[in-house]
Amino acid sequence: MELFVFTCASIMVLVGALGVIFRKHPVHAALSLVLTLFGVAVLFVAQSAEFLAAVQVIVYAGAIVILFLFVIMLLGVDKAEDLRVEPLASQRWIAALVGIGMVGLLSAAVVSSADVLRARGDGIASPVAGDNPDANIQQLANSIFSDYVFAFEITSVLLVVAVVGTVMLARRRTGKGLA
Amino acid sequence: MISLLAIDPLLKGDVLWAPLFIVILKVLVVFVTGLVATMLMVWFERKVVAGMGNRIGPNKAGPFGLLQTLADGIKLFFKEDLVPDRADPFVFKIAPFLSFVPAFLSFAIIPLGGDFRDGNNGIVTWFGQETRIQLADPSMGVLFALAISAIAVYGIMLAGWSSGSKYPLLGSVRASAQMVSYEAALGLSLGAVILVSNTLSTSGIVESQSSIGNWNVVTTGVVPFIIFFIAATAELNRPPFDLVEAEQELVGGFNTEYSSIRFSLFFLAEFMNTVTMSALMVTLFFGGPQPIAFGNTVLDIPLIPNDLEGTVWLLLKTLVFLYTYVWLRATLPRFRYDQLMNFGWKILIPASLGWFMLLSAQRLGRNEGWNTIVVTGVSVLVLVVCYALLQRSFSVSAKQREAEGSMF
Repeated sequence: MELFVFTCASIMVLVGALGVIFRKHPVHAALSLVLTLFGVAVLFVAQSAEFLAAVQVIVYAGAIVILFLFVIMLLGVDKAEDLRVEPLASQRWIAALVGIGMVGLLSAAVVSSADVLRARGDGIASPVAGDNPDANIQQLANSIFSDYVFAFEITSVLLVVAVVGTVMLARRRTGKGLA
Repeated sequence: MISLLAIDPLLKGDVLWAPLFIVILKVLVVFVTGLVATMLMVWFERKVVAGMGNRIGPNKAGPFGLLQTLADGIKLFFKEDLVPDRADPFVFKIAPFLSFVPAFLSFAIIPLGGDFRDGNNGIVTWFGQETRIQLADPSMGVLFALAISAIAVYGIMLAGWSSGSKYPLLGSVRASAQMVSYEAALGLSLGAVILVSNTLSTSGIVESQSSIGNWNVVTTGVVPFIIFFIAATAELNRPPFDLVEAEQELVGGFNTEYSSIRFSLFFLAEFMNTVTMSALMVTLFFGGPQPIAFGNTVLDIPLIPNDLEGTVWLLLKTLVFLYTYVWLRATLPRFRYDQLMNFGWKILIPASLGWFMLLSAQRLGRNEGWNTIVVTGVSVLVLVVCYALLQRSFSVSAKQREAEGSMF
């Protein structure tokens, strides 16, 4: 059962990811991204991280990709991209380099942690199952609001700064505006 | 694996034939109920709106015109299915399903009945198996409903975009902005309910509302319910928030280019969503299938077995909301677009956030044994200061815009 779910979800994730890269139409690429996000949500459910799955769908599929699509529609860039033009000089090379670096880092992390994962087996932070359906969320809330509260608050400050900065940059400074 | 599919007494232990049969039965019942409820809702809406407009409404097909929706459905199915030349064929075809499927999915987590007498908490016994009258009871509970309503935006948005025509595009851009904006208020007022009932699962939320004094509409103070109701109306794109399909401005809105069965899927999804959202509101704020009880005296419906009584109560409570929706449609004029956005962002979201803070302060005060009056006073003071700051920032930005010569 678990293998079946994993296989289906992985196929969803991979097909979506390939779609994001190879579909030429921005809207189709964004929809492929939704497929990937859903696959990841299914994987979360299979790991009994249901809260994470719900948040994944609400935040990523429900808000972020919607905003992508919104921008695509509003700006009217909904035509197939011309791949011959390079907006920034030599950006492809840098992108390829960063991509290979990421893949290398991730594989290194997986390979180096394989022994640890296998040794500890089933003991890795599996949520307390049982009759209390909210145990999962209570654990999460406990760690976010006690152990990692500082990181949590810093992240929210970062988001506020990003929003304020975006508004400032996007404002047109016409006339005697006070901005 | 089974245990995480649902926290349902039915699915503990080995899977046997009886539970499998019950689950299939439940799926069928939920699906058929959804379709029939939609059909009746369309009839109900037309009849009530007609009554309010001093007309008769549908009265030819079947008794009281009950079969009118069926006749309309058959007519729609036999119409020609058009795909416009400039449409994006794949997205155009998939969009109706993206709005139809979520409408049914969110019906799955609503407790549809049960036996709430003698501490039974909604568990009934069928074929020797204990179960709840509810298709699924995932531990993410009401978050599932939020996730599904987030997904429902895609159907409308992609339908408008893929039509390759200007008016549907405008309709869908409006829809996505509106639904994403009001989802925030919806989620925040939902937070108040979760805070009070201490659980995310819908069955748990229903269990905690055993009498009128325990209904969440009372325990959260009425404010979250009002905000939830308004935000839900906006999520459903129902009047007075139906800018998505404002006929006078946008021809027909996002579904202008759709015909035949694809159009009927949108139509079905819209009414199905109305039914689901009403039932969800009853679940969250009015005790769901719990019978109405004042303290320890429980109102009893005679002649109906206990197992079915919950369903009857749910139906009655949901009907009140369905009627309210139709009533709103018959009486209120449509919002203007800037009014809609101002109302959502400047009133509903700050109000729901403030009320949530007030409730959490109360709760913390009770847990720590602080003086209730002091806690209330201080939190109200803080909220008043925040409100003053907010108003100040609004007026400053309004002045700046005026100086810059912007329209709004």
